[in-house]
Amino acid sequence: MSAAAYLPAPRLGEWLKELSGRYLVLAPQARGDTVVFAPFTGDAEPVLDRDAAMPPKQAVFPATEELLRYRRVKDPEDPGKVDVEVSASLRAVETVVFGAKPCGARGFLAYDRVFRSPAISDPYYAARRAKTLFITMACAAPGNSCFCHWVGSGPSDSSGSDILLTPVADGFVVQAVNERGEELMNSPLLEPAGTREAKAREIQDAAAKALPAAPDISRAKDSLMAVFEDLAFWEEVSAKCISCGACTYLCPTCYCFDIGDEDKGMSGRRLRTWDNCMSFRFTLEASGHNPRPTKAHRLRNRVGHKFSYYPALHGGAVACCGCGRCVRLCPVSVDIREIVLAAIARAARVREESAHD
Amino acid sequence: MSALEMLKDKIREALPSLEFVIGWEQGFDALHATPFFMRTAEDVEKLVFGPLCVHNLSTYLPSFRGRKVGIVLKGCDSRGAIELMQEKLVERENVVIFGLPCSGVADLAKLGRFAGDLDRVLAVTWDDETFVLTTPAGEVRVPREAALADKCLTCQFPNALEADHFAGEPLPPATGPDMGSDRGGEELAALEAMAPADLMAYWAEAMERCIRCYACRNACPMCVCRDHCIAHRRDLQWLGQDDTPREKLMFQLIHTLHLAGRCTECGECQRACPVGIPILALRRKMNRVIRELFDYQAGLDLQAVPPLFTFQVEEANIEERKW
Repeated sequence: MSAAAYLPAPRLGEWLKELSGRYLVLAPQARGDTVVFAPFTGDAEPVLDRDAAMPPKQAVFPATEELLRYRRVKDPEDPGKVDVEVSASLRAVETVVFGAKPCGARGFLAYDRVFRSPAISDPYYAARRAKTLFITMACAAPGNSCFCHWVGSGPSDSSGSDILLTPVADGFVVQAVNERGEELMNSPLLEPAGTREAKAREIQDAAAKALPAAPDISRAKDSLMAVFEDLAFWEEVSAKCISCGACTYLCPTCYCFDIGDEDKGMSGRRLRTWDNCMSFRFTLEASGHNPRPTKAHRLRNRVGHKFSYYPALHGGAVACCGCGRCVRLCPVSVDIREIVLAAIARAARVREESAHD
Repeated sequence: MSALEMLKDKIREALPSLEFVIGWEQGFDALHATPFFMRTAEDVEKLVFGPLCVHNLSTYLPSFRGRKVGIVLKGCDSRGAIELMQEKLVERENVVIFGLPCSGVADLAKLGRFAGDLDRVLAVTWDDETFVLTTPAGEVRVPREAALADKCLTCQFPNALEADHFAGEPLPPATGPDMGSDRGGEELAALEAMAPADLMAYWAEAMERCIRCYACRNACPMCVCRDHCIAHRRDLQWLGQDDTPREKLMFQLIHTLHLAGRCTECGECQRACPVGIPILALRRKMNRVIRELFDYQAGLDLQAVPPLFTFQVEEANIEERKW
């Protein structure tokens, strides 16, 4: 691994411009009172002092993506016979996501286990993923809704990043995490980091220490299964949920999708769009039966998927990166941390009671 | 005894005959209160009330039809409950209303303009003039006028309009430059002054960041189609799946039209939006039209019939014979 470099703050814009020559650069930018990832054009400075409302999900998993186009062609000899011409649509451009927090980038590791596993590879996802690089910004000061350390991560966890930046006085220490990141560091704008590298490590350590102690959630997987049938519990913890989909769409690890055709006459497009388990239509069966008919069932699905069913399938890996968006931006402040802890406590109580029986 | 303590007493007294009473408790940090379903006397201890109790709890009522529940309502929120009762979506006799006087709620988006990252706010206090936010960089003082939700600056109904129990001294209605038919203020005036193409460009830019989570819909007390919303229909596609401002704006316009004569301007749609799209302006515009045409404001009178629920051969302000 190459030595760390240093980028003086005033050169940040130049570096992004330089990268924009070769890549589509998505950077956090102000839109009204909010911050979203949008193509960097050089017109505005990226916003780096707070986490974007939306994670840079669109880079690897767009809200809507065209999978294919089709056209029905009638046989001129026999109009009753219709052939279908299909052409796949796969557009993936070389992209650099700049300025996401490490949690936001690490979240996409949860996608990789599903969409890019040795058993099954989703060509659309795989193509975008292979062409997307993440230059993330280590957290110098975690926020109230942050809990990356609950899920085995931390404010400077580089596991989903290609380059990790750490903000130091007047600039950034730039560290390549892997070879892909190293290639991005061939810029004359970068200087040797020197003693700043040690300073960066201090800042990273201080941020990790600033987080309150994390509770032990190693029992979450089994506890959530233990309370699966306990609908009274789920009704209680979901009472205030308004069953919108904000938490799922804002989540860097939520990947459920829906596929539908949009027909226009003899031709049409097959589109994949984000789905979300808070919606009634999620898993609604053609018969009209819905296995998740109420918001209690739906919230159970969301928490269970992240902290139980997914870990059961993927060697214990939790499908939550602890970014806190679902807590912070929920219109009614539903707190997934509280629900996981409540499930662990409930399961422990049931275990105790049955031991006394 | 403070109004909050009086309220707690009244709730404790009523609880045995109710499934629960909906109020607020402290949320995950100093800035956030969160809706709270009180089931026991111990729960009631955790009840809070103040300018961070922003949520309009009447949103929950339609899902409890036929069940005996209690609810704490501020003035503006009580309009939501009344409108739902007018529309027979909630039975008055099944709801016990604990009314409150409210002197305004904070708009967190506005506080964010002063404090920067709201996720780093460590403590919040307020008095009649100022909100004080404690951040790692020090104290940030925000004048009350700059911190309150727009609706509170011109509030006509600070006290719950319908209540079985009322806790505290009723407050006089606020007055301001933005009263009466001109409600909507500068924002609406600026939008109305735009040429159609500019207006479309404005909304296209704003809707660009919409993530179609439908928090605006689910937070709205009057959005009662819920699982039957056209936004999710695929057998007849009112809305396409394309992730474009056009489709997203289409949803907002349908939402706005479904609220004609029903919207109480509680602002939950905009407050709930996780990406801060100023969608309340669309509802304000519709409300202005409704007031001009029907001289009507939603959710003020249990006995009134909303204008689009009825029909008159000759409407006073729609002079169709002169067209």
